Amino acid sequence: MPRFLSSIGATERWLILVIACICIGLSLATDTFFTLVNAFDLLNSSAVNVIFAAGLLVVLVAGGIDISFAVGASVVQYLAVIALMKLGGGNWAIGLILAAFFGFCLGAVNATLIYHFRIISIVVTIATFNLFFGLLMFFTGGVSIYLLPDWMTRRVILFEHETPAGWAEITLPVLVMAVVVLATWFLMRKLSLGRQIFAMGDNVEGARRLGINIGAMHYLAYGWLGACAGIAGLMQAHYAQEVVPNALYGRELEVLAAVVLGGARLGGGRGTLLGAILGLALVAITQNGLNLLGVSPYAFRMIVGFIILVAISMSGETLGFLTERMRRSRRADDVASGGAE
Amino acid sequence: MNNDATTDERGPYLLRLEHVSKRFGGVQALDDISFNIRPGEVLCLAGENGCGKSTLIKTISGVHRPEPGAVMEWEGQDMTGLDPARARAMGIQVIWQDLALFPEMSVAENIAFERNLGARPRVVDAAAMRREAGAILERLGVSIPLDAPVRSLSIANRQLVAIARALVADARLVFMDEPTASLSQKETDALIAIVRRLSEQNIAVVFVSHRLAEVLEISSRVTVLRDGRYVGTYSTEGMTQARLTELMTGSSFDYAARPERTDRPAPILSVKNLTREGEYRDVSFDIAPGEVVGLTGRLGSGRTELALSLFGMTRPDAGEIIWQGRPLRLQSNRDAIRAGIAYVSEDRLSLGLVQPQSIADNTVVTVLDRLLGPGKLLSPKKKKRLVDDWIDRLRVKIGAAGDPVSTLSGGNQQRIVLAKWLATEPKLLILDSPTVGVDVGARAGIFAIVDQLAKDGLAILLISDEAPEVYFNADRILHMRDGRLIEEFIPARTTLDHVEEAIHA
Repeated sequence: MPRFLSSIGATERWLILVIACICIGLSLATDTFFTLVNAFDLLNSSAVNVIFAAGLLVVLVAGGIDISFAVGASVVQYLAVIALMKLGGGNWAIGLILAAFFGFCLGAVNATLIYHFRIISIVVTIATFNLFFGLLMFFTGGVSIYLLPDWMTRRVILFEHETPAGWAEITLPVLVMAVVVLATWFLMRKLSLGRQIFAMGDNVEGARRLGINIGAMHYLAYGWLGACAGIAGLMQAHYAQEVVPNALYGRELEVLAAVVLGGARLGGGRGTLLGAILGLALVAITQNGLNLLGVSPYAFRMIVGFIILVAISMSGETLGFLTERMRRSRRADDVASGGAE
Repeated sequence: MNNDATTDERGPYLLRLEHVSKRFGGVQALDDISFNIRPGEVLCLAGENGCGKSTLIKTISGVHRPEPGAVMEWEGQDMTGLDPARARAMGIQVIWQDLALFPEMSVAENIAFERNLGARPRVVDAAAMRREAGAILERLGVSIPLDAPVRSLSIANRQLVAIARALVADARLVFMDEPTASLSQKETDALIAIVRRLSEQNIAVVFVSHRLAEVLEISSRVTVLRDGRYVGTYSTEGMTQARLTELMTGSSFDYAARPERTDRPAPILSVKNLTREGEYRDVSFDIAPGEVVGLTGRLGSGRTELALSLFGMTRPDAGEIIWQGRPLRLQSNRDAIRAGIAYVSEDRLSLGLVQPQSIADNTVVTVLDRLLGPGKLLSPKKKKRLVDDWIDRLRVKIGAAGDPVSTLSGGNQQRIVLAKWLATEPKLLILDSPTVGVDVGARAGIFAIVDQLAKDGLAILLISDEAPEVYFNADRILHMRDGRLIEEFIPARTTLDHVEEAIHA
C-alpha cells in the first residue's frame, strides 16, 4: 500500500474506493462527467457545504452536535447584508469579517446554553434552530433580498481554461473553502487548543481533571462552527446572488450525514477533515451523476439516502463494530431471556 | 507508629497532615485525619468503601478544601489553600481508578498531553511529545507502541500509560487508586515492580487496594481509615491480613477452614474427561448438592473457560457432563439455565444492575415470564411476593423495594445481583471471581450468603484466583494449571500456606 494510503484511516480509504468506483462508472456511462468543466462545477457548488462541514467537524470532535448552523448562516446573511448596506457597501474583507463575527456570536449562544445551563447539545440546537429560523421569518416576513452590494454579486474567477466543452472556471468560494479547511486542519491537528478539543470530546472528565478549560473549549468549538457557517452563508449568497430566508433550511442534516459518513463519531474524540470532505464528495458526486444521467430529480434524495446507508453499513470499521455488538448482545440476551424459562 | 513528630530517624516528611476534617452538608466525610509520607516511601491507604479514602486523596490533590484548623505541610511548608493546578505543580499526581486517559489518542500524546495544556495557543510539537513519552516509558522499563491509540491497549498497559503521564509532570507523590482491580496476577506483579522502581527514584507512592496481600507486600506502612475516622498508621512488618481486616472493619472475622464433610451425597454434576482444544483438557470432577467447590488457578489456567462450557456458552470437544445422573448436552446457555445451572460472572456482580431502576425491578428482571398474570400482563402481586421472598432470604437491608438500586451499599447491591440469579431457581451456582473490586466487609457478606445457600442444598462452584478465598470458603479446592486439573485439596486437611505455594509455584 502506498504511504499516502497507509497513513489515513480505514473509513477514508473505504470512501476513496467507493468514490473511485462511482467516478469510473459515471465516466463510462456519460461523456459529460469526466470533464474539467464538470469537475470545476462540482467544486464551485460544493464549496459552501465543505465550509459547513469543516466547522461541524470541530463540534462533533468536541463531543457535541449542532443542528442550528445552517439556519444560523441564513440569519448571518441578513445581518451581514443589512450591516454592509448601513456601512455603505463595504468589500469582501469587511463582508467576511462581519459574517464570521455574526456567526461566531450565534455559535456562542449555543455554547452558553450548552455549557452554562448544562443542556445537552442536540436539545439546545434543535431549540435554537427553531428560534433562529423563527426570528428570521418573523422579522423579514419571509422577504428575500435581491439588492446586494455590487461586489457581492460580481463573479470572481480565479482560474479559467477553455476546453472543448466550454469554459472551466474556479471561483472565489473555492479559495475561501480551501482557506477554511486549512485553518481548521491547523487548529485541530497542529494547535494545542485543537488537541484540547479532541481530549474533551474523547473523555470530558479526564480533560477536566487535567485542567482543560471546558467552558472555553465549548465557545471555541461552537464559535468556530458559527464563524464557518457565517462565511459559508456569505458564499452561498454570493453564489446564488440573492438572500432567501429558507435557502439553507435543511442543509444541516445533509452536511451532518456526510460528516458522519466520513468517520466523525457522534459522541466525540474522533473525526478527520479528509473523511468529512470525502463524505460530502460522495453525496455531491452521486447527485451530479444522477443529474447527468437524466434521472428524475425527485429520485435524488431517495438514492442519496440509500447510498449513505449502504456506504456507512459496509465500511470496515462499522462492520467490525456491528458484529462485535451483535455477538455480545446475543450472549447477554441468551442469559437474560433464557432465565425466564 | 510514630504519627506526631515532623521528623524521625528516617528523615523529614514529604507530606504531613494533621487534624484534617471535611464535612459535606451534614455528612462528616473526614474526621481529624493524620497522614504523612516520606520521599520515596510506599504507603498504603486502607479502608472499606466509603471510609473517606477518596475524600482524603481529593483533599491532598486540591480538589476539596479541608475545614479550618487543619495542618497540611509539604516539605515542612504550609500548603493549605491548595488548588488542583498548584498541587500538580508541586508534584502531587493522582492516578484515578478510571485512569482519565483519552482512548482515541495515541500513547505518546496521552503521556505527554501536559504539553498541550494552557490557554495560550501553541503549535504542537509531535516529535518532542514522542521523545518525551518514549523517555518516560524507558524510565519505567516498559515498551508500548507510542503511536497506537490507547483504546487498543490492554488494561494493564493503559495503567502504565497513566503512570507514565503522572511522571511526565515531575511527580514526587503519586496516588494510585485501586490500580490492580482489573489486572491479572502477572500484570499485578509487573505493576508492583514498577512501584518499587518509582520508590527507588525517590517518588513517594500511596497505594489504594482492596487486595490485602498486595497491600502487605508492597508497602512499608499502612494508614487505616474507618467511617471517615483515623484508625492509625502501622508498619506492615508483622501485620497479618486478619489483623488488617479487623482494623478496617472494626470487627473480627472468623477465619477457619470449613470442617471436612463426612457425608457423600450423590453428585448433582459429574464432569468426565471434558476437553476443549486450546482451553482445557481431560478435566474430571464432581460436585454434590450442598457442597462448595473452589476452582482456582492463575488467570489463563482455563478455569473460566471450563465454567463457560458448563454453562453452555461454549461446547466441549470431548468428554461428558452428567447432570443428575443423566448425560447433559448443552446447545446454549438457555439449556443450562433450563437444567438449573446459573453462572454469575465477575462483571455481572459489579455491573449487573440497572442503577437508576428500583430494587424490585432489578430483582425480577431474569424471571419476568413467571410473573405474568391475567392477560399476559405483569402481575404486581406475584412480583411483590418474589421480591419480598428474596430480600428476606438474602437479608438485604433496604428502605423500600421501590427505591433505586443506587441507594444501596455495595454489599447489598451484590445481594440483589445474586437474588436476580437465584430467582431462576438453579441447582448449581457458578460464581466467577465474585469479590473482584469488593471491599473486605462486603466480601464477608458474600461468603456468608454462599455458606447459607450451600446449607440450603445448592451446589456452588466458586472460581477465584485468591487462595485464601477458596481455602476459607470451599469444602474442596480444585487446582487448574495450563488447562488441566492438577490437584485437589481439602482445606481441613491442609494449610493455607501449602495451597498458596502450590498455586504460585
